[in-house]
Amino acid sequence: MTSAGAPLGLRCNNLEKRFGNFMALRRISFEIVPGEAVALAGHNGSGKTTFLRIAAGLSRPTAGSLHVGSEDIITTAVRMRIGFVAHQTMLYDELTAEENLLLFARLQGIATAAQRASELLQETGLIDRRRSLVRTFSRGMRQRLTIARALLHAPALLLFDEPGTGLDAPGISWLAATLLRVRDAGCTILMSLHGQAELAAVATRAMRLEAGSLAADSSSGESIESVLRVRER
Amino acid sequence: MSLLQTTATLFNKELRTELRSRELITTTIVFIVLVIVLFSFTFDPGSSESRRFGPGLLWLAFLFAASLMLQPCFLREQLNDTLSALRMASPDPFAIFLAKLAANTMFLLLTELMMLPVFAVLYNVPVWHVLPQLALVLFAGSVGICVAGTAVAAISAQARMRELLLPLLLLPLLTPVLIASTEATAALLADKPELRLDWLGFLAAFDLVFLTALWLFGEFLLEE
Repeated sequence: MTSAGAPLGLRCNNLEKRFGNFMALRRISFEIVPGEAVALAGHNGSGKTTFLRIAAGLSRPTAGSLHVGSEDIITTAVRMRIGFVAHQTMLYDELTAEENLLLFARLQGIATAAQRASELLQETGLIDRRRSLVRTFSRGMRQRLTIARALLHAPALLLFDEPGTGLDAPGISWLAATLLRVRDAGCTILMSLHGQAELAAVATRAMRLEAGSLAADSSSGESIESVLRVRER
Repeated sequence: MSLLQTTATLFNKELRTELRSRELITTTIVFIVLVIVLFSFTFDPGSSESRRFGPGLLWLAFLFAASLMLQPCFLREQLNDTLSALRMASPDPFAIFLAKLAANTMFLLLTELMMLPVFAVLYNVPVWHVLPQLALVLFAGSVGICVAGTAVAAISAQARMRELLLPLLLLPLLTPVLIASTEATAALLADKPELRLDWLGFLAAFDLVFLTALWLFGEFLLEE
């Protein structure tokens, strides 16, 4: 299944997010053009997750603006063109792997939901466990299914928050190959990473957040490797 | 995908997860049985007191049980952040509320209908001759409890003192439903049973007002 519709770009202008007195994001401004694959690095608490949740339309910024494509991110139509992988699995433990994928495929209005779910279960190597409840899965298996859920509707923008979490070496290789394939199909990718050179190799650009501010961006000439190298604290 | 189709898909999910975990129904039934049995010790069965206070006690039991049952409906969506997944995949956020409302109402009605015989025996109040009318009152009252309860559950799930917040917000909000349902039930269980359309109309209006509010502002309740 190729990316549905034109890939979505992302543009933020003086984006801020506060949680009480804590400033999670400080006046961030940048643009990601459609089709780019951007790796986002930074220490824990640097604001990566906060940014991704705002970009997914799940959280509102305190100040500034963020647009996906030409539209306001909060619209449901835009949100439905995004594939999101968060820290948590976003899966129902009491449903089977197949039921989880079918649920989200039907909500997203995919006409061939069963076929699409089956394809993704095959790709993730979970086809033999399709009728097992997710609560019986290991962390790595859940992560594969989570990624499959995000790819169900062939999104135009992928927002992945540490997608390699829980995956073993073959899992990381599978994810890198999958990301390469969707990138080459024209999908825009923004993913936060902690190390994982194999996944970083997919990126065409890198950015680093430090204490809620944009500290480095490879589009200004620095190499991707050096931007992704997070300094010891 | 239409609102009805989305709601049906989500309702199916609610039923499936509940049938597998049996978290809500079991807790609610056990709680209602305990309350009805404990209250029954304070009355002399067969006395006129039992008939007078029975409907109020019954609805109080339903109300407390509902506040217990409604608490996890959004809390368990937070366990794996599935609410975010639903918000991103649902073409209409109102469908998330509608599905939860339908499932909660169904679970509450189911437990109420199962508890009616226990109530009738313990309080010596015949209910069979007015069962269809009583089912109507139970339905209108339960929708009222669940429509307000689902909205409050969505608010309280994101708060810090969530376990305390739901009953604190919900019980005062449901006082009109408690009064109307009790009065309508009492009129049905009286010596000369009567279906009080005024109270039934009041319940229907309450349900409609809250449902409209949920339709208008539901999306904001789901935001982080």
